Amino acid sequence: MSARTLKGFAKGLALAAVFVLPAFATSSSGPAPAFQLTGRNGKAIDLSQYKGQVVMINFWATWCGPCRQEMPLLEDIYKKYKPMGFTLVGVNVEPDAKGAEAWLSKQKPVSFPIAFDTESKVSKMYKVAGMPSTVFVDRKGNIRVMHKGYKPGDENFYLTQIRSMLKE
Amino acid sequence: MKAVNLRLVSFVITCLAAAVLLVGNARAGVLPEDRADLLYFRYDGGGVTINGPSVLVRKSIGEHVSVSANYYIDMVSSASVDVETSASPYDDERTQSSLSVDFLHGKSTYTLGAVKSDESDYVADTVFGNISHDMFGDLTTISFGFKKGENEVFRNVKIDGVKVNDPTFAETMESKSYNVAISQILTKNLIMSAQYEVITDEGFLRSPYRSVRFFIDPFSQGQQPEQYPNTRSSNAVSVRAKYFLPYRAAVDTMYRFYTDTWGVIGHTAELGYVHPLPDNKWIFEGRVRYYMQTDPADFYQDIFPRADYANFMARDKELATYDAITAGITATYEFKIDRFPWLSKGSLNLRYDYMQVNYDDFRDARYSLGSFGELPEEPAQPGTEPLYKLDANILQFYISAFF
Amino acid sequence: MRTRGLILITLAVLSAGCSSIEPWVKPYDRENLADPIMAFTRAPISQDFLDHVFESREGSRGASGGGGGGCGCN
Repeated sequence: MSARTLKGFAKGLALAAVFVLPAFATSSSGPAPAFQLTGRNGKAIDLSQYKGQVVMINFWATWCGPCRQEMPLLEDIYKKYKPMGFTLVGVNVEPDAKGAEAWLSKQKPVSFPIAFDTESKVSKMYKVAGMPSTVFVDRKGNIRVMHKGYKPGDENFYLTQIRSMLKE
Repeated sequence: MKAVNLRLVSFVITCLAAAVLLVGNARAGVLPEDRADLLYFRYDGGGVTINGPSVLVRKSIGEHVSVSANYYIDMVSSASVDVETSASPYDDERTQSSLSVDFLHGKSTYTLGAVKSDESDYVADTVFGNISHDMFGDLTTISFGFKKGENEVFRNVKIDGVKVNDPTFAETMESKSYNVAISQILTKNLIMSAQYEVITDEGFLRSPYRSVRFFIDPFSQGQQPEQYPNTRSSNAVSVRAKYFLPYRAAVDTMYRFYTDTWGVIGHTAELGYVHPLPDNKWIFEGRVRYYMQTDPADFYQDIFPRADYANFMARDKELATYDAITAGITATYEFKIDRFPWLSKGSLNLRYDYMQVNYDDFRDARYSLGSFGELPEEPAQPGTEPLYKLDANILQFYISAFF
Repeated sequence: MRTRGLILITLAVLSAGCSSIEPWVKPYDRENLADPIMAFTRAPISQDFLDHVFESREGSRGASGGGGGGCGCN
């Protein structure tokens, strides 16, 4: 293989990287968009009430297998880190809030706040591009990381993010 | 000049490869769900009864691998119209086992599998592979598949009342197929897919038992073995769509166009409707399927003008001109068992289909040739027998378990 | 030189397009498509048997599979 061919490969790789890297893009900067939604039992959930805490926003749906799979793990994480200034907000993206509430009441109890984004307004604001989607917001209210999907083992990534942001 | 082109080509290939690899790994897909199904089926029609069990199990291993295995038995009791006019009734059993593995990597699923089918006069071994890839935010799935079959054909004869393979008869045939499919989500309620498949068969492609008939004179007929070409190449293209109705039901439709080098042209159209009851226990499904074979094989005739009429001659009604309508309903009862939390859902299903086939150029030769060698009182003049019609009842009962 | 430029532009458009085409059905709108009744084949064991019934008495074969859809998760 000649030097010119190698140069060709290198240029091609660089060019591809420029156009393909946006696929990894996580909207990981800027203040987390404010929102007010209705939660379980009609309780109001406002993102600003959690300022000063590390917030993990998890977009989920009852029809999404991986979302259902990670829910018990999210509950464990919430119980463990809540005393240290951490909170988890589960944003349900379904138009039928009553149906989602009924589903929740049949599962193992979930103690972290759940908000119902019945009109997908918040999902759009956060540019949710995969189900589930998890957004990590720091104590100052800025988005730091956005994680798409859930595979067993991802909870380790969550824990790393939470621990490092709690230290700030 | 050569060096410049090589640089250009390497540039293009690297761009494409990098793009596919990098984007392909950005997110991961989902494996098919784990399940086990047990089916009992019974086909009754045209003098043929086929019944048997089928078992299908699919289990995922880890996060990237899913294995599927199927074991299936056809118990055949045949006194079909072809058998009645040329042989004696027979019983046979066909066993089929298949195994396939799906490997999920990023947004792509790679599948590899094998099927083995065994009956007293036919052995078929098939291997298949498939690559499918999700893209455009999982709205589009493209897939490429390949199948290769190697089959052995034998002929049963009765020696001293015992059915054995004729030791002087052993043939083979090979089948290869390629298919490409694309599935596209159009709206949040509508999905459609299109598929194209090309199949090439080579080798011994006819039945070792079937004969064609020919006129000896206008009132008498003779029979001689069929003669088929030793290659057959076909193209089939299909489109299907499924739409979600707001009160929670779904309607689907499908159309397939088929043509091959034997001259056969077939149109298939299907319409289905699924209706779950609000209690989330009962689901009903109705389907209607219409098949029209508008053009028979070029070398097919119900009765040939004379013996050795052409190099290729066939009387397989499967290659004739006909239309078939099949209508069926399925009732499903879904349940959960508290004592078995590992069972996410179970279902009991019953399906009944009625099929009617009307032939345009295949006659019921029992009116002239009789049944199992017994001639009718007043044999019909060859070529004037009524056109053949077939009715079949198909029953299926299956239990499904999801994990 | 010109050929390379043309290919560059085409690939740039294609790969930029591929990674930035906005899917018009959002992941959080996939509820109906993820419903089990929306699968093209709800019971593969039953469909495989019927496909076999039809293929063994009709002249047509092929192009009878179907896939895609689902929840689009992960």
